[in-house]
Amino acid sequence: MKKKFICIVCPNGCEIEVRYSEGEIEKISGNLCERGLDYVKRELFSPERSITSSVEVRNGLLPLVSVKTSKPIPKERIFALMDEIANIEVEAPVRIGDVIVKDVLGTGADIIATKNVDKRVQS
Amino acid sequence: MIEREVDIAIIGGGPAGLSAAIAAKKSGIDDILLIERNESLGGILNQCIHEGFGIEIFGEALTGPEYMQRFIDKVEQLKIPYMLNSMVLDINEKKCITVCSPEDLIKVKAKAIVLAMGCRERTRGQICIPGTRPSGIYTAGCAQNLINLKNYMVGKKIVILGSGDIGLIMARRFKLEGAEVLAVVEILPYSSGLPRNVVQCLEDYDIPLYLRHTVVDIRGIKRVEEVVIAEVDEKRRPIKGTERRIECDTLLLSVGLIPENELSKMAGVSLDPITNGSMVNENLETNVKGIFACGNVLHVHDLVDHVTLEAELAGESAAAFVKGELRNESNIKVTAGKGIRYVLPHLISGKNDVKFSLRVMYPDRDKKIVVRDGERILKKIPKMRINPSEMIQFNIKKEYLKDVKGLTIELE
Repeated sequence: MKKKFICIVCPNGCEIEVRYSEGEIEKISGNLCERGLDYVKRELFSPERSITSSVEVRNGLLPLVSVKTSKPIPKERIFALMDEIANIEVEAPVRIGDVIVKDVLGTGADIIATKNVDKRVQS
Repeated sequence: MIEREVDIAIIGGGPAGLSAAIAAKKSGIDDILLIERNESLGGILNQCIHEGFGIEIFGEALTGPEYMQRFIDKVEQLKIPYMLNSMVLDINEKKCITVCSPEDLIKVKAKAIVLAMGCRERTRGQICIPGTRPSGIYTAGCAQNLINLKNYMVGKKIVILGSGDIGLIMARRFKLEGAEVLAVVEILPYSSGLPRNVVQCLEDYDIPLYLRHTVVDIRGIKRVEEVVIAEVDEKRRPIKGTERRIECDTLLLSVGLIPENELSKMAGVSLDPITNGSMVNENLETNVKGIFACGNVLHVHDLVDHVTLEAELAGESAAAFVKGELRNESNIKVTAGKGIRYVLPHLISGKNDVKFSLRVMYPDRDKKIVVRDGERILKKIPKMRINPSEMIQFNIKKEYLKDVKGLTIELE
């Protein structure tokens, strides 16, 4: 199988062409350094992404708190993760770094808050 | 009406204003007023919940809210005074600022002003898309605000015009939230966003990118029902016969940002017709003495880290001005030559180290940025890959700038 990549590790943006089979790179060209090879290997055989989104907040000054995964998760789990956090609600106040979900979907990554949302003062 | 005086007024509490305020305070000025029209500090970073901020400054990829909080915490810790929900209505050449605040109308007489108002999005009217005027047409940043801060989903079947970074990031955001993103349409032969975003926002989710295409019609009565896209020729004119309809309920526009300089003009600040920001010298001072500019109001940036660093310089310069320590001897012109769209600063003194910022006209490979004074070449910077979407910055030491008559920066 053949595939083309634009390496996004650094601003050089090498256009890399690769021939590969199950779990193995047979031929690679276009990468100026080893990091390009690592990038392509990861992208082909175990791609991961950090995900950012938001969850609802009860009694907060804002209706949402932004969140992120504490580390990248396998790419194929992205939509499962979105489903998992769709129904979550947290109670204000929320602080940056608060763990919203521990070890989400068994990925080893936590969902953590990336914004401070204060409690709404009832008038 | 309340009247008051301050040493430094900073207009805009986004990343530029925050950083300018902190730098001014650290330079020994206590009498600062940071003026923000929104209900919280942080500016656009409030809604930029994606990652990638702070790689240069903090060495980690933070989200927008995390990045801004570090600076807001600093402002609080340094006890820098700020006003929220306060809109500046006018600035005059005497540096007198009229602010509409919940308290009252306030006249602030400032010794120095830092302009940090940021930029706003280009709209449908400015790019003249024909068609009906249904609901469902948003600028990408407006849609980002609604989904990320207000919890409103703007549509289910989305077409995005423009492949700038905000457009790309919104494509991914809406896909993750369950919408169909049918197409990203770009009039240029290349994406105007960072390659990282093309890969991780479009390719990851199989969202098609139509290069050399534009939207030629919007149809729908109450709500957008479909848009028509067409291929464009070399002069970006739609080619007859290439039209195709895309059924959708929402059109997002990510078609450029314009520095928000209405206030600057009132103060008599001269603007650069290319950047739409002010003309500045190496201290980031405008043609009006004591008025400085930084961040997206000066020129549109792609990385907030660069905004922060630029704003630090503006804050330091404003502080030096107030203390009577700022020497303005910048009378050497810096010109954008072949292949360069613009370069900042516009004027230098030749007596200090200078950091230059520039953008190229077209994407290319294996080029050199050449800095010359007439025939004399001061510096050559090899670039393996250049892209208009990536601002290029470099420093030149004062030793090299001695006796310079005028600088031209060009591509070779």
